[in-house]
Amino acid sequence: MAKKDTALYQPKKIKVGGDVIALNIIGYVLISIFALLCLMPFYLIIIASFTSNAELIRSGYPLIPKSFSLEAYQLCLKNPMTIVRAYANTIGVTVVGTFLAITMATMTGYVLSRQDFPWRNGFAFFFFFTTLFNGGLVPWYVLCTRYLHFKDSYLAILIPMMFSVWNMIIAKSFMRGIPAAISESAKIDGANDFTIYVRLILPLSKPLIATLGLFAALAYWNDWYNCMLFINKEEFWNLQYYLQRMLGSAEAMRIVAEKSGLPLTNVPLQSMKMAMTVIATGPIILLYPFVQRYFVKGLTIGAVKG
Amino acid sequence: MAKKTKEQKALEKQARIPFLKVIRKHWLLLLMLVPAIAYVVIFSYIPMTGIVMAFKRFTAKGGIYGSPWVGLKNFKSLIISNKLWMITRNTLLYNVAFIFLGMICEMGFAILLNELASKTFKKIAQSFMFLPYFISWVVAGAIMFNIFNYEQGVFNHIMRNLGLPDMDLYNTPKYWPIVLVLLKLWKATGYGTVVYLAAITGLDQEMFEAAAIDGANAWQKIRYLTIPSLIPTMMTLVLLAIGNIFRGDFGLFYQTVKSSSLLQPVTEVIDTYIFKLLMDTGDFGVSSAAGLYQSVLCFCTIMICNGIVKKVNPDYALY
Repeated sequence: MAKKDTALYQPKKIKVGGDVIALNIIGYVLISIFALLCLMPFYLIIIASFTSNAELIRSGYPLIPKSFSLEAYQLCLKNPMTIVRAYANTIGVTVVGTFLAITMATMTGYVLSRQDFPWRNGFAFFFFFTTLFNGGLVPWYVLCTRYLHFKDSYLAILIPMMFSVWNMIIAKSFMRGIPAAISESAKIDGANDFTIYVRLILPLSKPLIATLGLFAALAYWNDWYNCMLFINKEEFWNLQYYLQRMLGSAEAMRIVAEKSGLPLTNVPLQSMKMAMTVIATGPIILLYPFVQRYFVKGLTIGAVKG
Repeated sequence: MAKKTKEQKALEKQARIPFLKVIRKHWLLLLMLVPAIAYVVIFSYIPMTGIVMAFKRFTAKGGIYGSPWVGLKNFKSLIISNKLWMITRNTLLYNVAFIFLGMICEMGFAILLNELASKTFKKIAQSFMFLPYFISWVVAGAIMFNIFNYEQGVFNHIMRNLGLPDMDLYNTPKYWPIVLVLLKLWKATGYGTVVYLAAITGLDQEMFEAAAIDGANAWQKIRYLTIPSLIPTMMTLVLLAIGNIFRGDFGLFYQTVKSSSLLQPVTEVIDTYIFKLLMDTGDFGVSSAAGLYQSVLCFCTIMICNGIVKKVNPDYALY
């Protein structure tokens, strides 16, 4: 028992044994390594985006910043309309989509959490079954394009993520924790079910709303899949899909430049890709320190299982 | 069993309430369900009827229901293509690796984080670990390219500086299973760690104090108290993951591999295959046949696994 080390590890007067110290050492080392590995790529991307393209071509993506250049950002923002448009699309769809996702999940979850609603189990199964079996991508895609005309419209990037059965289950299990007496007494006072939901249940569900909202907002912000499936016109592109196209077409441009023998250094493709990545990820990384703890809190709300 | 009969009794009781009376009494609640019901009917149940497409030759004129029947022809061409086994194997093996290694990393880091003395370090480390969860697969793909591309990548940069052989990842299939598993772990471990950590924090602290008084050391406490207490959380997470064991993480495979035919044998999963059949070749029949194959496979897996878990310990079953 290493008594000398006690003060080092725990200020309180608790006996700290060798096992605890060993565990702490292993913990600090392993977690430090993994945490740095998680952070490192972001650092690399940012460094690369501020390095001149010639430097990138000559000596590769740097580990330590060697030069400072804004050429990639200048080029990205030279023709800012497409980026601004993509940003506006992403922000708009995220705001509207998050609102709709919260409304759908909480409203449905509330009805199914009502113990006096006799059909709640039947409907719960009706929703849950869709997570067990589905028709696959193709019938869904044909339905969306052929019958609902999602191609090249905002509906395509809004509707597919509007309702999630898992979020509904999280809402249901959270609301089951709200005493039924609240709904019952309001009912006696003459309030209808919708008023109870809006006026009483929603204000009591703020932590739930925060969690559902954050997850929905993150899903909308990071979506590129629906855009890729349904959108051809550039005006509807969201930020992530725009980045995907940039990464791809930059690649294509490189190949063209190589084949035609044009000097590659004229177009700062490599650093431009990295600058675009920073531009597309920026807001999330900036917001991250503020919202992170709500995510952590939220994970305990859902407790995974319904 | 007791629980089931109770539920059944409750169901019987409910069934006795007349249909019209429920509607009259709860019409507003039912109205509040309408948006979600409509959504699920349109986007889940109607596409379910669309599985008939797997037995049809899709024509633009006929649509889903009007196209001519071709029997099992789509399934035949799916089998003849010789890709079915490859994509099934890839999907299954990748997911097994993700589930198994993910579980170990997440639980391990959660337990270690919980043991750490410094609260500040714990908080900062947790924030860093959670960060990759917040980026899209597009960005993750860009990051991977930054690190692993042959000429300028950071990885080769380091290897060359150290005088070690460099690695042409994008042209070498054999590295991909390792790299993809690492990338997935990199992105998902933080999230899982937080889930497990929340479960650990929720445990009864008196249990640990009692064990300490009885002379248990830190290892014993982890081995006999923490890990067994985490099993319910683990079972739920693993069972949910097993239900999707035949569904590949589309973003992971699509955004990193793109459409390299060289890498196809080790990176193609069912989801990317269906997507490519649909979008690149426009073969609606065969791709919906592959989709049906996947859906049935997933459905059977979750039914069987949940059934087994239910038999062994009903508390761990999902439903």
